[in-house]
Amino acid sequence: MRLLSSRRRHPAAKALLLVAGLFMMGALYSVIAPPAQVSADTGNSQQIAEGKALFAVGCASCHGLNGEGQVNGTIQGPPLAGVGAAAVDFQVGSGRMPMAKPGPQAPVKPNLYSEEEVAALAAYVASLGPGPAIPEPAAYDTSGLTDEELARGGELFRTNCSACHNFEGAGGALPNGKYAPPLIGLDNKRVYEAMLTGPQQMPVFDDEVLRPEDKRAIIGYLESLHERPTDGGLALGGLGPVSEGLWAWIIGLGSLIFFAMWIAAKGVKAK
Amino acid sequence: MSEDTAHGKPGSEVATVDEERYPVPDPGLEPHLPRLTDVDERAADRATRQVATFFGLVPVLAIGFAVVYFAVPGDSYLDFGPLRANTRNLLLGLTFGLALLFLGVGAVHWARKLMDDHEMIDYRHGAASSDDDKNYMLTELDKVVDESKITRRKIIGRTLLAALATILLPMLVGLADLGPWPTKKKRAETIERTIWAPGVRVVNDVTFLPIKPESIEIGQLINSEPANLQELEGSEYQIEKAKAAVIVVRMDPNDITIPPTREGWNIGGILCYSKICTHVGCPISLWEQQTHHLLCPCHQSTFDLADAGKVVFGPANRPLPQLPIALDSEGYIVAQRDFLVPPGPSFFERDSRYDTTVTM
Repeated sequence: MRLLSSRRRHPAAKALLLVAGLFMMGALYSVIAPPAQVSADTGNSQQIAEGKALFAVGCASCHGLNGEGQVNGTIQGPPLAGVGAAAVDFQVGSGRMPMAKPGPQAPVKPNLYSEEEVAALAAYVASLGPGPAIPEPAAYDTSGLTDEELARGGELFRTNCSACHNFEGAGGALPNGKYAPPLIGLDNKRVYEAMLTGPQQMPVFDDEVLRPEDKRAIIGYLESLHERPTDGGLALGGLGPVSEGLWAWIIGLGSLIFFAMWIAAKGVKAK
Repeated sequence: MSEDTAHGKPGSEVATVDEERYPVPDPGLEPHLPRLTDVDERAADRATRQVATFFGLVPVLAIGFAVVYFAVPGDSYLDFGPLRANTRNLLLGLTFGLALLFLGVGAVHWARKLMDDHEMIDYRHGAASSDDDKNYMLTELDKVVDESKITRRKIIGRTLLAALATILLPMLVGLADLGPWPTKKKRAETIERTIWAPGVRVVNDVTFLPIKPESIEIGQLINSEPANLQELEGSEYQIEKAKAAVIVVRMDPNDITIPPTREGWNIGGILCYSKICTHVGCPISLWEQQTHHLLCPCHQSTFDLADAGKVVFGPANRPLPQLPIALDSEGYIVAQRDFLVPPGPSFFERDSRYDTTVTM
């Protein structure tokens, strides 16, 4: 104590005391105050009001002023009561919505809304009717999955997902210009939300049928599948016979034809 | 017209014109021109060196293959951007592949540049043998028959015929292993039935969790199996799974057309269909929840699940069989009975006349 009391009139004492006080206040505040987090809170009327305003500008022309949907006419959009915050986070967060023009499927494009705006839109749409909420990060956190769980995820993936999204998650074509998008390099949250909400032509796989641990295993399996190096060399997109056939017929047969032409060609003549 | 004038002689001028049969005059054969290597000795020497280089590289590569086989460890990898290759496999393939390629390229180059270059004509002729050859063959055959004494000692010929005929029997008997004879009774207890029975729960595939209707949302698809599939093992499990696999879907009841014969087969818009395509039996679960179409990835047969599983596109000929479902006392979805028509692909004896009209 003598060390401190003997230096209490030191010129730096005041400044140091101020710094220490500020530091303590900061530490206390960070413990007591809730973490600043952006989330779609259906109890937050201000966020809902913001979302409603954004909705009126960006979404209402197709989905109706109150999200009631438009099923007739040239511009159509499904009703949004009950789709939940997860559907909005998926569609708007991935840039699929708002759609630039009507078409067989909404393509992914850069998302121009900020995180707060997406959350406000999600809160507003969630307030229209009960629906799936945005999943918590723990739901799609794949760390700590055992090999057994990953294998089970693979089995679930092949049973439920591979019919459309291909056995490597490389995506695939559907009738009339629709398609199942590739699942490579996706944010795990998006995969979870897609299963939960069934965007566009995709069927719904809700939490009671495909339990959260099943979904987590599927996401973990996809991750492990795409992290695996391609030991076999050129995977050709993992598309199976289509790209392999293209390669064999164009490159393989093409080079054989080249050799056949070279063998039969007349060489340089003396005249 | 004689053979010679019809095809032209090498070096002859324009050949005879037969207006009727050959309206375009036969130009004859192109004059033969010597190659550069025929007249220029330096060019020939250069080609010789090239061929020798190709052939000379083959032993180098072959020895390289042997060295790589023993010297390069099997667990080292080379990275080319996103690609990764096992170093040893890559080098083995390169050395052996290039050795074969150089051998072939050298041989072709040799033939094209240096081997004697003259043109030959082979005239076409009928495929039949000449009368002399035929007569020779027949007399030889008669001689062999005579020498074998088979015409005099007939018993040999007869027993040989019997022996050759009966030697096929073991092979025919072996065909019985291909499966049971498909009698009506056999069909009724194998391919025309599944393990679905009254009260069997419809459960999730893989996890075998039972399903309650309130947990199914509109637009939901559940790949399902009968609960009693878990009791089976081995090939029996596979055989029954291949027939009994179903999909459960929920649609807006206003979107569905229920034929009068199928009233009471669904639970408020929840319908259950066979997952096995009626064309050649691929499992199908490409369901578009907005159009209610189920697409088979194999040959693009498309079934409308909102309209009794009717075929709307593709080679399938019969609607997808529907499984009548109900609720058990605990509120889980169960089958009311087995399929009313056999699920899966067509077979010869399959009667499809009543597929759309069959009632319980």
